[in-house]
Amino acid sequence: MKAIKNTGLVIFLIGLGIFTALTVVGTFKLTQDDFNEFVSDNGIKSDLFIKAIETTVVGKEFDGMMAFSPKVVAALENANAEHKINKEYKKVIYTNPHDMAAMIGKKAGSGFIAKNKGLMWFLTFGLGILGALFFILPNVVLLGPKGIKNNGIYLENATNRGWMAWMVFIFLVAFYLVLYFRSEYAVNWTYLVDPISESLSGNPAGHWFVYGFMYCTVMTVMAVRMYIKYRHNVYQMVRTTSVLFFQIIFAFLIPEIMVRLQMPYYDFKNAFPLDYDFFFQWNLRSLINSGGIGIFILVWGTVLTLVIVPVMVYFFGKRWYCSWVCGCGGLAETLGDPYRQHSSKTLFSWRVERWLIHGVLVFAVGMTLMTLYSFFAESGTVLGIKTSNVQNTYSLLIGSIFAGVIGTGFYPIFGNRVWCRFGCPLAAYLGFVQRFKSRFRITTNGGQCISCGNCSTYCEQGIDVRAYAQKGENIIRSSCVGCGICSAVCPRGVLKLENGPEKGRINPTQVLLGNDVDLMNLVNQK
Amino acid sequence: MAKETIVIIGNGISGVTAARHIRKLSDNRIIIISAESEYFFSRTALMYVYMGHMKFEHTQPYENWFWKKNRIELVNGYVTWVDHASKKVLLKNTEEIPYDKLIIATGSKPNKFGWPGQDLKGVQGLYSKQELEQLEIDAPNKEVCKRAVIVGGGLIGIELAEMLRSRDIPVTFLVRESSFWNGVLPEGESQMINEHILEHHIDLRLSTNLVEILPDDNGKAKAVVTDKGDIIECNLVGLTPGVTPNVDFLKESGIELGRGIKVNRFLETNIPDIYGIGDCAEQHEPIGQRRPIEAVWYTGRMMGETVAQTICGNRIEYKPGHWFNSAKFLDIEYQTYGWVFSDKSKKPNEAHFHWRHPRELVCITMAYDSKTRKFLGINTFGIRMRHEIFDRWLTDGQSIDHVMEFLKDANFDPEFYAQYEGAIVARYNAELGTSILPRKKSWKRIFLNVQS
Repeated sequence: MKAIKNTGLVIFLIGLGIFTALTVVGTFKLTQDDFNEFVSDNGIKSDLFIKAIETTVVGKEFDGMMAFSPKVVAALENANAEHKINKEYKKVIYTNPHDMAAMIGKKAGSGFIAKNKGLMWFLTFGLGILGALFFILPNVVLLGPKGIKNNGIYLENATNRGWMAWMVFIFLVAFYLVLYFRSEYAVNWTYLVDPISESLSGNPAGHWFVYGFMYCTVMTVMAVRMYIKYRHNVYQMVRTTSVLFFQIIFAFLIPEIMVRLQMPYYDFKNAFPLDYDFFFQWNLRSLINSGGIGIFILVWGTVLTLVIVPVMVYFFGKRWYCSWVCGCGGLAETLGDPYRQHSSKTLFSWRVERWLIHGVLVFAVGMTLMTLYSFFAESGTVLGIKTSNVQNTYSLLIGSIFAGVIGTGFYPIFGNRVWCRFGCPLAAYLGFVQRFKSRFRITTNGGQCISCGNCSTYCEQGIDVRAYAQKGENIIRSSCVGCGICSAVCPRGVLKLENGPEKGRINPTQVLLGNDVDLMNLVNQK
Repeated sequence: MAKETIVIIGNGISGVTAARHIRKLSDNRIIIISAESEYFFSRTALMYVYMGHMKFEHTQPYENWFWKKNRIELVNGYVTWVDHASKKVLLKNTEEIPYDKLIIATGSKPNKFGWPGQDLKGVQGLYSKQELEQLEIDAPNKEVCKRAVIVGGGLIGIELAEMLRSRDIPVTFLVRESSFWNGVLPEGESQMINEHILEHHIDLRLSTNLVEILPDDNGKAKAVVTDKGDIIECNLVGLTPGVTPNVDFLKESGIELGRGIKVNRFLETNIPDIYGIGDCAEQHEPIGQRRPIEAVWYTGRMMGETVAQTICGNRIEYKPGHWFNSAKFLDIEYQTYGWVFSDKSKKPNEAHFHWRHPRELVCITMAYDSKTRKFLGINTFGIRMRHEIFDRWLTDGQSIDHVMEFLKDANFDPEFYAQYEGAIVARYNAELGTSILPRKKSWKRIFLNVQS
């Protein structure tokens, strides 16, 4: 069994190695015909740029994106600079130079990789999936009788912030940096999933399709790990199935199929303000111009945030969204599960958390109010501040760096819910409802707590669960996403997630159940 | 009331609970003395540190700033003498700490029954932080520790076995009784735990006693001899035959001792202004059906809650409510509410209803009065139950029929778990000739105590 695991690890690492190498290898050769088509398809009016590409790129063979990308970037930057000097603003190209390199690169890919998509898919995704399953499946036997299986988590390098964890950290951060800021290095990846993309939406894959496909793949494989690890715990099994379903069907398949049907690309479960650009001008215009379905999406998105989300939180707590439906939560609960213990439980981090997450919420709401004002008043500025500047700042700092690079990249070091805990504006909003008007609580079972600390250690949201449990108090915290792991790891059956009457939900206690009744009354009823 | 100096010996759950409550109630100066650890930690969690579920720091329920913020002074020292005439305690380093009131909460130490070889290297109990550290040295992995023998079939013994198995170290488990913990558990439950122990590949030897521990040339344990004549080679011997109050330093101090520190119902010793709480305290008269010495986390905490009141001027008796306890046997959680006695120690009027799942390791035993049908208590394995509901039923003196009817209210398992109440009640009906229909769970009854 150990041998199978190790073989799996090797296969996985080979797949991952090839996948990583794809960022820099491959042959790129742009033909004149392809370029002409590209120019007309994208309505490029910059003669300088066209000329520069024709002289430095077209007809030449480039070995790897490292050689190809700088030519395109330079051509675009020089052309734009020249146009701006000449005040030829109509000719300026507003596409990011690296995205341009990715777009042209996609046309130019011509070597082995672009011609053997199926094989290359197998050598990357295929080996990765196989290897991971070989690594995970033997646990059915190796983990022994069903029960909590946290043995060795703090003794192993990868789950105790050892060098392996740091390697994973570096890989994830680098991956997100490529995705958000250097998408041309993801061009080879897009070839691997072209066939899948074409069968769904009819279009060749972009790097965001790669990300979406990979997201689903990673979640599915790691869900298998969850099923094995928590096979005694039906709540975990059902919850894992739920996040997987919403990711694959709602976040991945439905939007792609909608594109094929000439509808807007939309994830029906992605609620504002997590979906921060829902009210951006371009999105509103695109929805309004899409006819009936666009209007439906507009109404649905608004009702989702204003009615469905709070009502569901009232009945079930924010867990219905954060750990049952949400994609970010889904990745955190599958890929991130081995790292959940790294969230900091100090009072200091709690303070930081409250400032940060509510700060982001204020930012998101403020930005949206500006956006709506700009949209209806048809003005680009609000009180002298350019709306688009605020939007771009949010997209960069919060949308890309916080949610992506930090949110997932920091899993192995700061735990799997960094974004959900410190950054997500939707979580902040749900949190208010959960804290002040909800039937959800984690009930503490009378006086049974032994202060062991398993609950706090494994709380991904950094809640010091024990601080409440050892006082006999229920846990009512805005940040709780209801993953249910505190209850699972409790050795004495002290914690239960449940929805009950609001009365008595918050129960401050000094003397715990089991002692002298008179004393309990004397001390507790202050 | 004038500000007093309260000295507490021992920073376990009893001493720390007392300190916290004294701070809530008063502005007294509070000093906690401990030689074991700098800060309070949860003793019951030590096993998880060895198993790699947590780091030691995670076993500390309060952050390090907590003590200063709450003006609880922590002194690292070993108390060698209590001088009650001049009201001071003496530390090993000859430092003297005067007190106005003294709380002794020094807990327990592992039992040793005079076995030959019991003080060899590689022989240890599992109670203190130091013993955990020693275990990490003597049994870091299965290469260094090729086999461990554990002597004593109680809660610490099975925890130690689980710990060692988490590192794949072969374990032989010597249990004096004919079935695991059957001095406490009824037979059916004890039997189920036996099976589970074997399922974890632990070499369980029932009705087996330790005769002696054999040393190697370096004075380290190398094998144990049992009363069955077996010699079992090993690198570690875990002695876990229970604990005894840690009160040796009080001999000849004038404080009355039995096995522990003799206290009255107010947790007062024979010397004014000296109190004994937690594992080390021994009641003159047992309270209800409890033992005079209760080495349990929960009772330690309750005594701490209570003595704080007395110290702060509200002299109050220690009156624990209905008995409850919990433990975990490898993968099986155990909870108990009220009294369920083992087959050996139960009284003639105590009848048992036992139900065990046909496949899963899940069972319950309910004790009731065979004449009045009054519900006496429940042991539950693999099903979590609500403390509050059982406490209420015990207070109200409900019958076992009532408990059966409303059993769903008491279920505390996570959502979506399989429910066993139907099967339990069906069996009960079949055995006792009743026709009880289990009622649906009611939030109103559970949380608001509204009957419907």
